[in-house]
Amino acid sequence: MTLSSPVFRAVATCVVPEASRFDAAQWDEMAAIVARAIAARPRAMQRQLALFLILLEWFPLVRYGRRLSRLDPARRTKFLDRLQRSPLLLLRRGFWGVRTLVLMGYYGRPAAAAEIGYRADARGWEARR
Amino acid sequence: MSTSRSYDIVIIGSGAGGGTVAQELAPLVRDGVRILVLEKGPRFADQEFTGRELEMADALYQDGGAFLTRDGTMTLAFASAYGGSTVVYTGTSLTAPQRVIRAWGVPGLEHADLTRRSAKYAEQNNVHALDDPLINDNNRLFVEGGRKAGYLVEQFPVNVKGCRGSSLCNLGCPNQAKQGTNRVQLPRAERAGVEVVTRAEVLRIEPDRTLTVRVSQKAAGTKGAPSEWAPGDYAVRARIVVAAAGAIGTSALLLRSPLPAPRSLGHGFTCHPALILVAEHPRPITNDVGHPKSYFVDHGASERFVLETCVYFPFVTAKSLTGFGATHSAIMHAFPRLQMILILACDHVASGNRIAVSRTGSPIVHYRFTPETIDGLVRGTRAAARIFFAAGARRVHAPADPPLLEIADADRLEERVTASSFRPGMLAVSAAHLMGGCGMGRTAADSVTDAWGRVHGLPWLRVADASLFPDSLEINPYLTIMGLADRVAEGVRRDLAVVRD
Repeated sequence: MTLSSPVFRAVATCVVPEASRFDAAQWDEMAAIVARAIAARPRAMQRQLALFLILLEWFPLVRYGRRLSRLDPARRTKFLDRLQRSPLLLLRRGFWGVRTLVLMGYYGRPAAAAEIGYRADARGWEARR
Repeated sequence: MSTSRSYDIVIIGSGAGGGTVAQELAPLVRDGVRILVLEKGPRFADQEFTGRELEMADALYQDGGAFLTRDGTMTLAFASAYGGSTVVYTGTSLTAPQRVIRAWGVPGLEHADLTRRSAKYAEQNNVHALDDPLINDNNRLFVEGGRKAGYLVEQFPVNVKGCRGSSLCNLGCPNQAKQGTNRVQLPRAERAGVEVVTRAEVLRIEPDRTLTVRVSQKAAGTKGAPSEWAPGDYAVRARIVVAAAGAIGTSALLLRSPLPAPRSLGHGFTCHPALILVAEHPRPITNDVGHPKSYFVDHGASERFVLETCVYFPFVTAKSLTGFGATHSAIMHAFPRLQMILILACDHVASGNRIAVSRTGSPIVHYRFTPETIDGLVRGTRAAARIFFAAGARRVHAPADPPLLEIADADRLEERVTASSFRPGMLAVSAAHLMGGCGMGRTAADSVTDAWGRVHGLPWLRVADASLFPDSLEINPYLTIMGLADRVAEGVRRDLAVVRD
């Protein structure tokens, strides 16, 4: 299970709908940011994440008869929303972790800062005058 | 095979505690006392503070600012750098409330003494209230909204000199305006002859006062200067050791050292769990320019929360919002119109909330949210929402179901914002005020150190950081850490005088 796998992209486009308009280079940029963050984490956590992504892909099969990456966006969103509200801490935490990685990959890109209008500058007030 | 070195005093850590002790003991160098500061993180050059979010978070913070508690429901932010967490705080400078120090009940620790010492560092660090023209809309709206909603809004004194308003304090000031120990106390100590070695992690302290130190190599392509010592393992002998590696670092170090430490070591961890709330205004406001944290509302005593102005960077803001998808994206794309408030819960010592170490010696933080802490976050969220709406915001994004509070919800916040939406694992709760683990007290039966930071039963070992706090401080802690560290330095001077006599 890699960051370029269909399930990661399926989650990413649900978490940040704008990612569905990404071209290959933008996906690569996002994946590189996330890969760097994961590489800095302990091995055990990396294994948990890989396992959770597999579970994410196959869980919906039970309810919807399809893997997550094959679900339509509305059902995918519904499924992920259930996960984030799950009574099981393990599932809430797992989704929270994947969601955080997606947001890091998306909003960690310099282009995203410009896109949302974030303009902080080391020169502070001087840069605004 | 390790290299041996010998010093009179070794200080572990260079933040608010270690930096202060280093400066206060520095005059002893003239008398031939050899003093060493060991800092785990690197020393950064001025031009390395770029303000780029992920790059600086990786360089300055442990785990990029996302050190997870054991059950994964909260992230802890603490720096690893020359200057410790003083490199990444916003410089907000408050002295300890009298009611808190009284409640701590540490024999020999008087509020007046702590205040006097903290004031010394406030002066040294150029602490003052920012002039009005430097205040941005994000802060101004907090003042206006807070007053309209009936709250007492106070201005933070801050320790800046020549602040240009980059808003990037938490990523290390790119203009060297913030007067942390990296700018004030450590350079003074070094000029007086104190030796500071960076990238030097203390693995353990032996009962014979030998420290096992590992100096790491600077990895290719990373920020920071190489260590002053050659990479490798060192055995550093010391007559007096001062542990000031922060609440987590110091507690973990003492726990993995074969020392007869008091039983409560690692216990009593508190951290002011915090939530970032945002609200959307109808027009653009200045938020990502100017000092980010100029005002606060303190309801610590009555409702267990403190509200502070804040502004964060794109990724931190994104992960702090509840939920995902179109609503989340819409709020993010409204960034130039966003007002932000940080809610800090005034948590208290709870059984089981503690610092431990893994089999390999790495720190593990056990933390569970008590109903009282959750209640503090809920009440704080309602108060923040009142302030946002009173300031003219048209919607507030908060932990609620659904997460967008509209103006029509302003009159029914008790109904809309309830504890049921504050479930661990569903919220981005983070904490940067890490306290406790080596609490002060009377004896080894109830604490780890005495009121002067001396570890019970180990007179040569002192602690000088926020791990000394026997309970949470309920305000931003750095000036209190400096005040306590000043007492530790005085204690060390007394010890040395006794040895000489």
